[in-house]
Amino acid sequence: MVNKMVRPALPQIFVYALLIFWASTTIVPLLWVLLNSFKSSEEILTQSFAWPESFAFSNYLKLNEYGNINIVKGFMNSMLISGSVVFGVALFGGLASFILARFSFRGKKYFTFLFVICMLLPQFAVIIPNFIIIEKIGLNGTYLSVILPQVAGNLSFAIIMMTAFMASLPGELEEAAVMDGASIWKIFYRITLPLCMPIFATVSIMVFLWSYNELLLPLVYLPIRDMQPISVLLSLVSNAYGTDYGAMMAAITISIIPLLVLYMFSQETVIKGLTAGAVKG
Amino acid sequence: MIFRDKRYIVLFLAPTILLLFTFLLYPLIQSVYYSFTEWYNFSNTKTFIGLDNYKDLVNDPIVGIALKNTLILILGAVFLQAGGGLLLALLTDSIKRGFKFFRTVFFFPIVISGTAIGLMFSLIYNYDYGLLNAIVRALGWSEQVWLTENSAIYLVLVPILWQYVGFYFVIFLTGMSKIPEDIYESAVLDGITGWRKSVYITIPLLRDVIASCLTLATAGALKVFDVVYIVTKGGPLNSSELLSTYMYAKAFNGQNAGYASTIVIAMMVLGIVITVLLNRLVKKEAVSY
Repeated sequence: MVNKMVRPALPQIFVYALLIFWASTTIVPLLWVLLNSFKSSEEILTQSFAWPESFAFSNYLKLNEYGNINIVKGFMNSMLISGSVVFGVALFGGLASFILARFSFRGKKYFTFLFVICMLLPQFAVIIPNFIIIEKIGLNGTYLSVILPQVAGNLSFAIIMMTAFMASLPGELEEAAVMDGASIWKIFYRITLPLCMPIFATVSIMVFLWSYNELLLPLVYLPIRDMQPISVLLSLVSNAYGTDYGAMMAAITISIIPLLVLYMFSQETVIKGLTAGAVKG
Repeated sequence: MIFRDKRYIVLFLAPTILLLFTFLLYPLIQSVYYSFTEWYNFSNTKTFIGLDNYKDLVNDPIVGIALKNTLILILGAVFLQAGGGLLLALLTDSIKRGFKFFRTVFFFPIVISGTAIGLMFSLIYNYDYGLLNAIVRALGWSEQVWLTENSAIYLVLVPILWQYVGFYFVIFLTGMSKIPEDIYESAVLDGITGWRKSVYITIPLLRDVIASCLTLATAGALKVFDVVYIVTKGGPLNSSELLSTYMYAKAFNGQNAGYASTIVIAMMVLGIVITVLLNRLVKKEAVSY
């Protein structure tokens, strides 16, 4: 294979053709869903690829009509559940990370070990017992039944990320505050927290994405239709909507919108966070 | 600044420790215990049956199918996902314009939930209104039922593999950006250009990155649930069942939750064994530049 002549690089046009081909495999299905969400079922069947005749929102308005499989309600539930999960992870994770980064005590390394184990533990490993535990502690039928297990599932990853960040912050400001007689609590929320905003933002975005996209946990832990997040409702749509394909396309589109917005505004964070978070169980 | 106040240590760590014990560590022990019991419909009576569930597991033909499918998924993940990601990264590395655009577009599917992607692909495979049959119609051929017993596992693989190619693409791209420029410069002086640069320099120097991608691809393959649950629910006739979907069906459709726990334990053992083996296989001396 060793050729004395210097081989020219792959023709650029060929490289671009391959890259554009793959790009179109990610764009075309999404575009197909988006465009078809504005069409009637007949139009989808006869003119699947055409530009919609008119941009009518009738499919979107119909999403309210399918009884308790109400995508709009599901969307609100998702926001409530994932928002609470983010808040819980940031609050408890922030407190725990402050201890790990700024306190010295015996047995600290066991806590770090514990968090690594919990981070690697996949959710499916605990799904059956948690189903019982939720009932035992009286959470069944409440939003907390999906919020608390998800907070627990995301905490370890958040703590590992936030502890590393806090430990890298210089301690001078805190030392000065101690000199001025500030309490530890005051140091935490007046000095450490504001400095940690970048890592809180990263962790919050990641946890929101994971929680918003989670299917198995709410499917098992929260069997009440009116309270279920959009991911669970989407899993029911293909049976419940029958042949109303326009409405299904609209449902998919709605579920993707928050992700698209998040991705557009914080693409770098999302890409870095999701690649770093790949080890999470 | 190092603090020592014990009250704060207890107070600040307590909520986290409480949550981790309640929803992760205690249930993990419970999972192990359940796997030795017979337990129908989550009733109050659990019968301890020793290793019987594990014996059933070994003889269960559907577990065989699920294992085979998981293996297909792992192979697909390694060769098509990680391999495809590497190829796209090498190609993107050689172009001058549009790098950011391709990165944005390739990564986007990872942000979307497996549920939405699953529903999207079940619409694509749908008989009457699907994208595939629309293409077939446009070409003047006859329409087909796409999801059959033989094809189902491969068709559910398509969205799973497609979704994560961009993930490996980004990891490889990051790895490539860390290779110092002067290595390439001296290679050019030696007359090595074009694709030979990739084969003889980039890929060997990316060995550590490739190794970690293999681990991620296998670990990720074991966690797949959403897409299969949406597109086929493991059917037709269990032909596209994965261990995760089979476990779900056993546990939450009024069957033996003890047996479902046995499947859970099997999945975890499988994950640990594969990860350890892979690490043994690829861990030699680290590449340093």
